[in-house]
Amino acid sequence: MDTSKPDNSGYTEPGVSGMVADWAADKQAFDMPWGKLMMWIFLLSDTFIFSIFLTGYMNVRLSATDNWPNPSEVFALEMFGHHLPLILIAIMTFVLITSSGTMAMAVNFAYRRDRRKTVLLMAATAVLGASFVGMQAFEWTKLIVDEGVRPWSNPMGAAQFGSTFFMITGFHGMHVTAGVIYLSIVARRVARGDYEQKGYAIVEIAGLYWHFVDLVWVFIFAFFYLW
Amino acid sequence: MSEAATGQQHPIGIYLKIWALLFVLSTFSYLVDFYHLQGFWRWSLILLFMFLKAGFIVAIFMHLSWERLSLKYVLMLPLIAILVLISLMAIEGDHTYFTRELFFDN
Repeated sequence: MDTSKPDNSGYTEPGVSGMVADWAADKQAFDMPWGKLMMWIFLLSDTFIFSIFLTGYMNVRLSATDNWPNPSEVFALEMFGHHLPLILIAIMTFVLITSSGTMAMAVNFAYRRDRRKTVLLMAATAVLGASFVGMQAFEWTKLIVDEGVRPWSNPMGAAQFGSTFFMITGFHGMHVTAGVIYLSIVARRVARGDYEQKGYAIVEIAGLYWHFVDLVWVFIFAFFYLW
Repeated sequence: MSEAATGQQHPIGIYLKIWALLFVLSTFSYLVDFYHLQGFWRWSLILLFMFLKAGFIVAIFMHLSWERLSLKYVLMLPLIAILVLISLMAIEGDHTYFTRELFFDN
């Protein structure tokens, strides 16, 4: 079957009866290219990985008898003569949200076959993602060199702070880095015109991954930095 | 035009609106910390803004609200297992803290 030109006429019935029809009829159950379904399944498994990390963090923080270091103070910066709590983390959050916005628009222009705008928006997304990783590297350096935080100890309180922080933000930063590489490869292929025949579902699939990275950051921001 | 039938295609305006909304919600959650809110309001506001942001990203940016119910159930039902894990680990964490308070010398 040529999956690039799917016939979705059999997927019109809405709601629960439509879902029953999707599963029961002699056709593929999901009305989408296989790559997009596989990306969704991968993201579901990745959701489990990050959930387990954050649940592990919850567990060790609940059971720690030493005081948990106050993230608001640990991640504060002196900027323009002001003492600003969590300012770098806030900037990183805005950068990642902005990159999600540019990615969403890239998907839109890809389906309209506007290759120039697609490549520009994907490049902007990758640059914003790379700057996020850069700021994270700065944050890690400050924490390790200036404040003496280690995975096994830190001068501010509970030792588990370091291990959970490096594990969770490190794994997320790895996802962002992989996403930047992934987006760059897809953007280059879009620029070359590789998808003119196959269609531009690949940009939407790459977009799903990128939005997921932003989604995970929403939870890390709330549970690790604000809690 | 093949993918126009199946691919997710929506007006640019909706992405810009959601983008602005995510900015506002992020600013709000930052302000929760900035103004040193504590106790009930801190936790409930952080969680409220977090779930709103996550919901908008999944529903609009990832287009899940326009997908068919088959996919929604595949993605949402397994999350129940995570809720079970969180509850179990919360109980276990409290228990560990309690026993440490009893037996640790501090």
